[in-house]
Amino acid sequence: MNNSSSEQNRMLKDISIIDFTLVELNEYLDTHPHDRQAMEYFNHYARIKNQMARDFSARYFPLTADMSTDTKEWNWVLSPMPWESSFGEGGCK
Amino acid sequence: MWNYEKRLQFPVNIKEPNAKLAQVIMSQYGGPDGEMGASMRYLSQRYATPYREVSGLLTDIGTEELAHLEMVAAIVHQLTRNLSMEEIEKSGFAPYYTDHTIGIWPQAAGGVPFNACEFQSKGDVITDLFEDMAAEQKARTTYDNILRLIKEPDVCEPIKFLRQREIVHFQRFGEANREDCGNSS
Repeated sequence: MNNSSSEQNRMLKDISIIDFTLVELNEYLDTHPHDRQAMEYFNHYARIKNQMARDFSARYFPLTADMSTDTKEWNWVLSPMPWESSFGEGGCK
Repeated sequence: MWNYEKRLQFPVNIKEPNAKLAQVIMSQYGGPDGEMGASMRYLSQRYATPYREVSGLLTDIGTEELAHLEMVAAIVHQLTRNLSMEEIEKSGFAPYYTDHTIGIWPQAAGGVPFNACEFQSKGDVITDLFEDMAAEQKARTTYDNILRLIKEPDVCEPIKFLRQREIVHFQRFGEANREDCGNSS
């Protein structure tokens, strides 16, 4: 794995960790819609996720089609599908 | 409406193909307690509740189940790619191979095709939420059974992630089923 793809994998992994926090907080807030502290956490991590997704999309490929800024090649479709390869190493801990 | 994010919810990196494991794990794609049934159950039930906390929760969990469906498909795909014909015959994968080559198709481990009768949408929010709690436990048991059948670390790590999501969803449906849901501070 070259340096560029390991950096790409590291960024994708970080995005997934932050997004997992958002999924958890989102579902928790659905049943606790008046929990202000949980909303503060959600807003904090949502800002971080948004910035990370934009940084990743600008450097590698758009994570969502609307994050594309391409003018020459449509990387939304030319970049690998997520099941072709994935970030990090597997393994039970 | 939905947006697609071009990544898996949890990484799937399987190095060695193994059609025997694929045959078992595909049950969580299209089997009786699989992710397809889970997603369709929650997304279908959303319309029958007057409570926004519940229709919102069903939407968000039904959406997460689609991400799980994609993870299970990725596991089955990576376990079946680059197989030799000899490995396909030896591992008991020949019946599936005959009908689908190594395409992803929703069926149970025993070959029964996906069927909407594997979930209910009863039009009664309390009835539906009890079904949903039971469904999460059935899926959790299925993942436990799979974890007893497999030892390969790169396969069991994403399966363990999926298993623990069933427990969290059970908890959230239980909260949605309380009459004070939405009134807590």
